[in-house]
Amino acid sequence: MLAAAFADFMQQVVSGFASGGIYAALALALVIIHRSTGVINFSQGEMATLCTYIAWTLTFNHGWSYWPAFVATLVFSFVFGLATHRIVIRPVERGNVLRVVIVTIGLLIAFNGFVVWQWSGEPKALQSPFGTDTIDVGGVVISWQDVGTILVTLGIVVLLWLLFQFTKLGLALRAAAVNPEEARLVGVRVSWMLGLGWGLAAVLGAVAGMLTAPTVGLDPQMMQPILIYAFAAAVLGGIDSPLGAVVGGLALGVLLNLIGVYVDFVGAELKLPVALLVIFVVLIVRPSGIFGRPEVKRV
Amino acid sequence: MTPRQKQLVGFVAFAAFVVVVALLPAFISAFRAQQFAFVGIYLIALLGLNILTGYTGQISLGHGAFMAVGGYTTALLMVGNEQFGQTGALAIEGGMKDVWTIPIAGLVAGLVGLAFGFPALRLSGLYLALATFAVAVATPSAAKRFQEFTGGGSGINLFGVPELTAGLTPVEIFGRELAFNDWLYYLCWTVALVLFAGAWLILRGRTGRAFRAVRDSETAAVSSGVSLARYKILAFGISAAYAGVAGSLYTIAITFVNPDTFPIALSIFLLVGVVVGGLGQLGGLVFGAIFIHFMQIEWAQQMDAVVPDFLPIIGDIDTDTPGAPALAFGAVLILLMFFLPNGVGGIFRRAGQALTSWRYSRGA
Repeated sequence: MLAAAFADFMQQVVSGFASGGIYAALALALVIIHRSTGVINFSQGEMATLCTYIAWTLTFNHGWSYWPAFVATLVFSFVFGLATHRIVIRPVERGNVLRVVIVTIGLLIAFNGFVVWQWSGEPKALQSPFGTDTIDVGGVVISWQDVGTILVTLGIVVLLWLLFQFTKLGLALRAAAVNPEEARLVGVRVSWMLGLGWGLAAVLGAVAGMLTAPTVGLDPQMMQPILIYAFAAAVLGGIDSPLGAVVGGLALGVLLNLIGVYVDFVGAELKLPVALLVIFVVLIVRPSGIFGRPEVKRV
Repeated sequence: MTPRQKQLVGFVAFAAFVVVVALLPAFISAFRAQQFAFVGIYLIALLGLNILTGYTGQISLGHGAFMAVGGYTTALLMVGNEQFGQTGALAIEGGMKDVWTIPIAGLVAGLVGLAFGFPALRLSGLYLALATFAVAVATPSAAKRFQEFTGGGSGINLFGVPELTAGLTPVEIFGRELAFNDWLYYLCWTVALVLFAGAWLILRGRTGRAFRAVRDSETAAVSSGVSLARYKILAFGISAAYAGVAGSLYTIAITFVNPDTFPIALSIFLLVGVVVGGLGQLGGLVFGAIFIHFMQIEWAQQMDAVVPDFLPIIGDIDTDTPGAPALAFGAVLILLMFFLPNGVGGIFRRAGQALTSWRYSRGA
């Protein structure tokens, strides 16, 4: 009885980690852009959806198999993110931050419109690269989809960490984000670095989108709830902390799954509000998120 | 211009605007009058949000929630919740006439805003944005969940009490019978113009100066003896009260309220409206309200019915292709931000500056 309950619990935890991995990827995208541009990119979810539609077109209309389409989509999303920054964001970057925020809301509406226009609002099915099989680990039934999702998101996160921490490009990216003026003085092309940040963020979003689509189905609104979770995860972890985004995403995934199942009062209906309430309380205690540093201002 | 002249120009512009608003229904159809009534409602909400975001510098992504508080207050005061099986202390009898519920709705929403202002003191910037956003996200689900109080998913409709709302029984004013649309138009705009003047009065004096000081530099504000806590909470309260009045009028206008009446998108649109209208500006907000109202409805469905009159550029788009209108609106919004960095209000300000420099270059 107890063992069965425990197996049940673990199952919820594992699938929580899988969805948490997706939130983490998108949250990380938000953090990368916030570190460099100082705004929350509201169109991050729609950019991810658009990229996922590209993957769908490649597999469904052109007969590609999943992984080549996956890689091609990542390349596309990088160029897409970079181009979005160069064309739309760069001209408004100076001045009021809210202006940039509104531009990203404009992008959200426009990208959503573009997707509906191109691919119609009907849901599409993106095949899963991991199949529908499950494995049994000591009584805990885990689907390969969940395992694959966790591994792919973790892999991408580790790759990004390596890029940021151990390459010259990564150093330039960090320098441009932390101190643009001085980075420019030592020869970093700051504007391009910010653009690269947008590209990498779009790649992360595309990964999140392609991992989400097989389980929930691909439709133009697919990433909107996930963006809310990602936003919450990023803020929970500390909006400028990549580690915070990952931990926040995973924690939120598990938390959502557990309260949805175990707290009767909550159920499916109140899952999101309760999760947000928890975050609200966390923020009251730690106003800069769990891993965030309080902002120090010079007068 | 000297401040006094500036004030004079402002008065004249406001008076001219009041005249335009008063005469407009004579020239437009009843359907259009109803649409402009909604513009008035959005103007009220935008005024409130601008006090908080534009003047005090606190971003809110959750003003739809305060509108919901106002909307539900009005519906409950009119219809009550005993029909949903609510008993005990939370039972509300209803039976109040619609216009009398408006100030109460504002008051209730204002109190909720004050209460929210306390925890919000700890947060700033994006963290505050998330906290307010959380409230907006939670509100519809909470309204569904506590159905004995709110009528759950189907909400509360006002059809059962036709004698309490002119939306359902014709009103007579000065011996003339007003059609619903005209009545709604004048109700919304009367409230909107009074609150517009109210906002101006609040912002011109000591309080407004304190708000702006908080926005521009918290440290400098504190050093000058401005209490951050007091003015931030006050800004939240006033702002929420405005939103509550807007929500109340919205409910009267559509004669029902349910959890989907005030969705998350509304909160985001309100922020869009404030930025398009002009942060820290009052006059431009009218355009912000027009923008979000027509963007909201026309975005999805009725593109060809209304838009060509107002936005000829995108009126030609083939409306049989779903998604294209949204694409166009997104593009329009982005272009607006490109070319009007300070919103429509920025044009006013620039025109004023041009006038000043012209006067001085003349050697006056």
